[in-house]
Amino acid sequence: MTEGIQTLGVVATQAFTFANQPDKLMLDSGETLSPVTLAYETYGSLNEGKSNAILVEHALSGDAHAAGYHEGEKSPGWWDDMIGPGKGLDTDKYFVICSNVIGGCKGSTGPSSTDPKTGKPYALSFPSITIRDMVEAQRQLIDQLKIEKLLSVVGGSMGGMQALQWIVSYPDRVRSAIPIATTLKHAPQQIAFDEVGRQAIMADVNWRDGDYYGRPLPARGLAVARMVGHITYMSDASMAEKFGRQQKSNERPSRFGADFEVEGYLRYRGDNFVKRFDANSYLYITKAMDRFDLLSSKKLSEVFKGVKAKILLIAFKSDWLYPTYQSQEILKACKLTGVDATFCEINSTYGHDAFLLEVEEETHLLKHFLGGVPV
Amino acid sequence: MKLEHQVVIEWIEKGSSVLDLGCGNGDLLAALVKEKEVKAQGIEIDEKAIYECVAKGLSVVQQDIETGLSEYLEKSFDYVILVGSLQQVKKPDLILKAALRVGKKTIVSFPNFGHYKVRLQILFGGKVPVTPSLPFEWYDTPNLHFLSVSNFIEYCQKRGIHIDRSAFLGRGRVKALPNLRAETSLFMLSS
Repeated sequence: MTEGIQTLGVVATQAFTFANQPDKLMLDSGETLSPVTLAYETYGSLNEGKSNAILVEHALSGDAHAAGYHEGEKSPGWWDDMIGPGKGLDTDKYFVICSNVIGGCKGSTGPSSTDPKTGKPYALSFPSITIRDMVEAQRQLIDQLKIEKLLSVVGGSMGGMQALQWIVSYPDRVRSAIPIATTLKHAPQQIAFDEVGRQAIMADVNWRDGDYYGRPLPARGLAVARMVGHITYMSDASMAEKFGRQQKSNERPSRFGADFEVEGYLRYRGDNFVKRFDANSYLYITKAMDRFDLLSSKKLSEVFKGVKAKILLIAFKSDWLYPTYQSQEILKACKLTGVDATFCEINSTYGHDAFLLEVEEETHLLKHFLGGVPV
Repeated sequence: MKLEHQVVIEWIEKGSSVLDLGCGNGDLLAALVKEKEVKAQGIEIDEKAIYECVAKGLSVVQQDIETGLSEYLEKSFDYVILVGSLQQVKKPDLILKAALRVGKKTIVSFPNFGHYKVRLQILFGGKVPVTPSLPFEWYDTPNLHFLSVSNFIEYCQKRGIHIDRSAFLGRGRVKALPNLRAETSLFMLSS
């Protein structure tokens, strides 16, 4: 912890339920969901004019717990480095909200939630969801909090997609956006890696077409999916630095054991993930990312028409999963429509993970950029 | 403040939009925002300089000038400015053409290679000149092209580029014989 910077201390996740029968949430697919619960956390306090709210969007495996500590837990939320008093998203100034996405498994309605019609988990009867559906659900939360205009929408990776979707869907409700290491649409390489992850899950005999709740989980499949994911989040350089060709000391060597540090790391990450994430949620959410295409049939010069938000785009040099050219494409769309944009490519070796790790640079950029957005 | 920057600030109309190519640490753009309330946008390749610009509250994109310029629509800005770096870009001809397309007016400035000190150093020293406006040694210089006031005026005539205004600077403003006496020259151009 940097000296002089305080943490948020103990925080708790809250739940907001809407679309109670007869209401329902209309989804992109034409299907509906009712009721819908969103898990969310807030940090700092909303000012009188309700003009200092910043919505933080999480990535694929994230959750509402972005900062501070849950009671009795040793590790803080996933973006605690950035959110807190005096930090990049300064909770002395701003009211920061982080909401889990629908389709998720961390307190929001998703495939592992109970279907009120059957009294059993939805599993694959859960409707397909999109990034726009996630944003629609969040919009209801923002309405509930009586916030007319967000000061900013901030997110990396899938969180960045949601930030982009926000400024397009609700141009009058967002003053600025900070999409980090993200894209206007998933490219074939990104879809390909997601598909390998999904295939690993679906190939697990325990998956049983998604109907595994109350039975052995498709743990191997989900762990392999996560291992593939982790490879794509790092870079050649960051792996070399972190692991080298270091061998693990195995007391009882086996022919195909985890000899190398990197193997051990991936196995550990994979196994850990299984404890906290639902395999079906992984399938639904990766599909939502793959289907994301803000352009669809639109031209690049049309996609941001009517957008009023000021934008700060950040990419990372060694990120090969969401390469810089994808941020530059977003930048080009901004230029073609006269959207006020700042773009920085941070010279990082961490790969895609950089958005969680390059704290100093991001803090500088976010702090000053947000300082220029009128509260 | 540099006299060169003062001229640019003088020339630019209040409340206009300005794209600064190679805006560096953003000093000129920040001054334009302060004194002329311009809508400012910078293009700059250096990451450290980007951080300085952002700290000044400027909108700036980290790109090379050529790619950065080509993505804007025609006449997106009232002014496109290229101050002190025309001689440093790889293809000045292409950059100028693109700048004239994107801006209603283009302002450029460059060190004058026709200055008498330059001439004397070559004539009598037989060496590549080092002067206040051309302060670099041959082995460590950002300058790729060497041009004089006369070169540039001739170029504009050849390309059919209209020179709206010009200013010539030495220690102060140079009124007569600019090609001989100006260390730095500025031009406001339109297509």
